[in-house]
Amino acid sequence: MEYFLELFFSGLTRGSIYALIALGYTMVYGIIGLINFAHGEIYMIGAFTALIVASVLTVLGFNQLAILLCAGFAAVVYSSAYGYTVEKIAYKPLRNAPRLSPLISAIGMSIFLQNYVLLAQTSDFMPFPALIPEFEFMEPYAHIVGSSELVIFLVTTLVMVLLTLLIKFSSIGKAMRATAQDKKMAMLLGIDVNKIISITFVIGSALAAIGGLLIASHIGQINFYIGFIAGIKAFTAAVLGGIGSIPGAVLGSFILGWTESFATGYISSDYEDVFAFSILVLILIFKPAGLLGRDKTKKV
Amino acid sequence: MKKITTFLVLLGCVSFYSLSVSQQVFAADTIKIGVAGAHSGDLASYGLPTVKAAELVVKEVNAKGGILGRQVELLPEDDVCKPEVATNTATKLVSQKVDAVIGHICSGATKAALGIYKASDLVVVSPSATNPALTQSGDYPNFFRTIASDDAQAKREVDFVLDVLKVRKIAVIHDKGDYGKGLAEFARDFLIQDPRADVVLFEGVTPGAVDYSAIVQKIRRNKAEAVIFGGYHPEASKIITQMRKKRIKIPFVSDDGVKDDTFIKVAGKYAEGVYATGPMDTSKNPLTISATEAHKKSYGKAPGAFFLNAYAAAQVLLNAIEKAGSTEIEALTKALRSEYMETPLGSIRFDERGDAIGVGFSMFQVRNGAYVEVK
Repeated sequence: MEYFLELFFSGLTRGSIYALIALGYTMVYGIIGLINFAHGEIYMIGAFTALIVASVLTVLGFNQLAILLCAGFAAVVYSSAYGYTVEKIAYKPLRNAPRLSPLISAIGMSIFLQNYVLLAQTSDFMPFPALIPEFEFMEPYAHIVGSSELVIFLVTTLVMVLLTLLIKFSSIGKAMRATAQDKKMAMLLGIDVNKIISITFVIGSALAAIGGLLIASHIGQINFYIGFIAGIKAFTAAVLGGIGSIPGAVLGSFILGWTESFATGYISSDYEDVFAFSILVLILIFKPAGLLGRDKTKKV
Repeated sequence: MKKITTFLVLLGCVSFYSLSVSQQVFAADTIKIGVAGAHSGDLASYGLPTVKAAELVVKEVNAKGGILGRQVELLPEDDVCKPEVATNTATKLVSQKVDAVIGHICSGATKAALGIYKASDLVVVSPSATNPALTQSGDYPNFFRTIASDDAQAKREVDFVLDVLKVRKIAVIHDKGDYGKGLAEFARDFLIQDPRADVVLFEGVTPGAVDYSAIVQKIRRNKAEAVIFGGYHPEASKIITQMRKKRIKIPFVSDDGVKDDTFIKVAGKYAEGVYATGPMDTSKNPLTISATEAHKKSYGKAPGAFFLNAYAAAQVLLNAIEKAGSTEIEALTKALRSEYMETPLGSIRFDERGDAIGVGFSMFQVRNGAYVEVK
């Protein structure tokens, strides 16, 4: 039973990590139907920004909480600026182009950002300081759940709840939903669609930056390539849960995390990815729109 | 007058002739060593340093009067590192009546040529053929090498875990890559052969995954007392960090891919106490320094690949011929196995299978943020 719990929490940690990134994918897809492949890179840039700020503040002798908050704030601002700019440069000019064009543009943006960080920073692995302290009250359970894992899980849940509230009840959320349903109609009703899309990208990038900071702090290392693999897995999770749906992205991430964790624990880690993607295929066969995705039946 | 000139010319010719005759007589009395390997083509840079090393050793030996009163003569022969060419190379050397061979360079070419040398009772010492089967199969009692075989690193890890750490239950983890998985499989096989050991886990992890806590929990679940990891430092640092964070304190033993300062930089305090194997450091050996200096003096540049191994190969071979008193295979093999020789790689002799004792990998441990050799 204890082993089951250990694996359960391992899966939960993995799932929370995927969820923090998957939320950005799913929001952008929900609004403009674009798979933003550069999202993983925004996550990586967030982690790098946090690392640079944290290193500088550590040298200056700030205390840990101040470092965490400042690094987090800087990462969010910087990543949001990137997200906003990427949308304006790579996606906006292609908004009325065939669906394939923005997809190619997104892949290009992803490669560009990776190589930019590779050249501007380093190709080496860099140590990332543990910004989240080890809580003393967690010590008896440290062999099952670490402090950073607990924080990641809590933040993921909090973010998911806040996002759902924002979209359901705020006026921006209402405008977002309108844009998602019918861009032209929303424009006719006086919604500034460009602004709403920009806001979506900014929120998604901010989440990715928070994810970058927490995850890098948990793993303890980063390099320019971390966004790619994490991004692919998070994208898979978003599709699994039904891309475009916020609770779906989180559910999909948890299912993916648990599948990987239990497959490793009870069968073999050699086949971790095999099981993860088998689950994806199975779910898509029976529910093509993902677990919580809405079937888009075209009105005739 | 004319007659006298003719006579003188004739005399000169005769004396030249007699000179060359005496040289031929002298040549027949040299010890001939074949030097086979890639001397042209893509892999020439692996083969040519061996020729230079042999030349340097032979020059030194000949300057001191040779071995057993005879001068040593080198016969370099190219095999382009190709097995199909290597058989011709070997046949040619055999027909030139060499007494022993230094080479070949590549494992494939070495294997192809060995049968021919074996049939002609010739001793072969390779500076660079690392394929484990060459010695371990027992097929070639005439084969010796001055380099550690591919599985020597795994052997070093396993010996260290069983003899020094004295633990029984071992988890073997790898990164599914050619290097890491290959090493992990060698380690697993050595552990299975050893009655003291019990492999409780043998698994590959996905490189680049965001989290390794599941495999870490599995290590705990299987009550492993040590982890042997085959792979590179990015995965090693993630796994060791998560192990320590999950309060698993068992030793972590890894390989050359982890014996890298980046590992210590990235894993930080969690790197402390980690073991990793690495090639023995021979750069401070006085013989290494003098051999490298001699190379620079003769050829005007720093030596190339396998130079020290080849230097040692030439030294041990000539030393064994001297100690054996002949180039006859029985006596020569016996001398190679029993006589220690001071070489740039350290003091070496060969074991029953033909691998050099004293050449290979050392164990290092991270202590206070640096790798230190474990004595």
